[in-house]
Amino acid sequence: MKKESRTVLSHPRFELTIDRLCHQLLENHHDFSNACLISIQPRGTLFAERIYQRLAELTDLSGVSKGKLDVTFYRDDFRKGKAPLIPNKNEMNFLIEDKDVILIDDVLYTGRTIRAALTALQHYGRPKSVELLVLVDRRFNRHLPIQPDYVGLTIDSVDEAHIKVDWAETQEEDKILLYSRKEDI
Amino acid sequence: MAGLSTRHLLGIKYITRDDINLIFETADNFKEVLNRPIKKVPSLRDITIANLFFENSTRTRMSFELAEKRLAADVVNFSASNSSVKKGETLLDTVNNILSMKVDMVVMRHPVPGAPVFLSKHINAKIINAGDGIHEHPTQALLDAYSMREQLGDLEGKKICIFGDILHSRVALSNVFCLQKLGAKVRVCGPPTLIPKHYAKLGVEISYNVKDSLKWCDVANILRIQLERQDIKFFPSLREYSTYFGINKQLLDEIGKKIVIMHPGPINRGVEITSDVADLEGHSIILKQVENGVAVRMAILYQLAQMD
Repeated sequence: MKKESRTVLSHPRFELTIDRLCHQLLENHHDFSNACLISIQPRGTLFAERIYQRLAELTDLSGVSKGKLDVTFYRDDFRKGKAPLIPNKNEMNFLIEDKDVILIDDVLYTGRTIRAALTALQHYGRPKSVELLVLVDRRFNRHLPIQPDYVGLTIDSVDEAHIKVDWAETQEEDKILLYSRKEDI
Repeated sequence: MAGLSTRHLLGIKYITRDDINLIFETADNFKEVLNRPIKKVPSLRDITIANLFFENSTRTRMSFELAEKRLAADVVNFSASNSSVKKGETLLDTVNNILSMKVDMVVMRHPVPGAPVFLSKHINAKIINAGDGIHEHPTQALLDAYSMREQLGDLEGKKICIFGDILHSRVALSNVFCLQKLGAKVRVCGPPTLIPKHYAKLGVEISYNVKDSLKWCDVANILRIQLERQDIKFFPSLREYSTYFGINKQLLDEIGKKIVIMHPGPINRGVEITSDVADLEGHSIILKQVENGVAVRMAILYQLAQMD
């Protein structure tokens, strides 16, 4: 069967989007003296790395902690999905007490992953604030009252649709694809 | 990635190499969790686990209970010494009564070999064997192999020797199955009376010479003499056993190579191993085994709880 997909974002708008997000972060965090960047495993990490690289060109990030948070153990669909949940590596070697946390993921869909991430974050202290940065916001598909603070691209799509983000590091080029059904991938 | 190939952990015999590797990878994650300021995750919050210990245990029982609690499961404990078993209740009745209180998983230690297999055919809950008589002790074997892997990397081709009372040891049998599935070479060493003949059929080397075996191996897993299971004399005296089969510092110094020293506990100091070897820094990983036990058991509980 023919795979039905449509590219919704690619070069050069892709780089411009990341650039814009970095400037928005700069506006709110100035010198990043109290900030830390935490990406959600596995798909938020490549995006977070890009954000970090671009931000480092714009400002001094030497004192900023970077973490990779795995939320598998905090998910609410344990024993409810079809496939078993297999955890990813968790790399959080600092505490977030009184920090301004910037939580980073690629696609915000139902909001359940972010809910799990907020629970997981409690284990590392009480942050001063938590902001959410996403590359794609599927704003009409939310199950929980969770909203992003920084959005790369907003996509209005039906529930059956699926968004996939390709990265040059793992695929051939940076792009965001929209599939009409998840099975088409 | 797929999950485990089984819904019970009855013995290493019944699981695959992929299952073992999945448990190890998950244990890596839980080891990281156990080093956090807050060592608890809410994964098993709607699971109730019954720990049924029909035989004495300190380490295994505490390790399981900690693993269960750190996964946020509800735990009920049972020990045979102060229960209705004494009044003549059968195993099946006891377990069915406990299960009617809506228990999802059972961790069981029982003096009769095969008791967990029997139970798995008659009840609906998932069963983890925490030692059945002289048959298997799968979680101990998994944590032993996990600790060896931590020291030596991939176990393919590595030489592991199990010393001591092989005949009465469930740890020995599970260790053999587990290490062979991971591609290691296994040897057993002890007095001829304590090495059963059927071990030769398992593809295990058999030796009666401690010094020769120490020279051969990368890891020495030393087992306790299980006097409580010995109804006849298998060797003249403990003193004679320790002279010929005990492992001491002098012996290690003569070998002159680095060997990882392991012991599943409880240790009889001065019998199968002397204190200076048991506490030998850089060699002995006995306390690391106990530490890894919690992470490995968390991984087993987490993966089994997900199976239908």
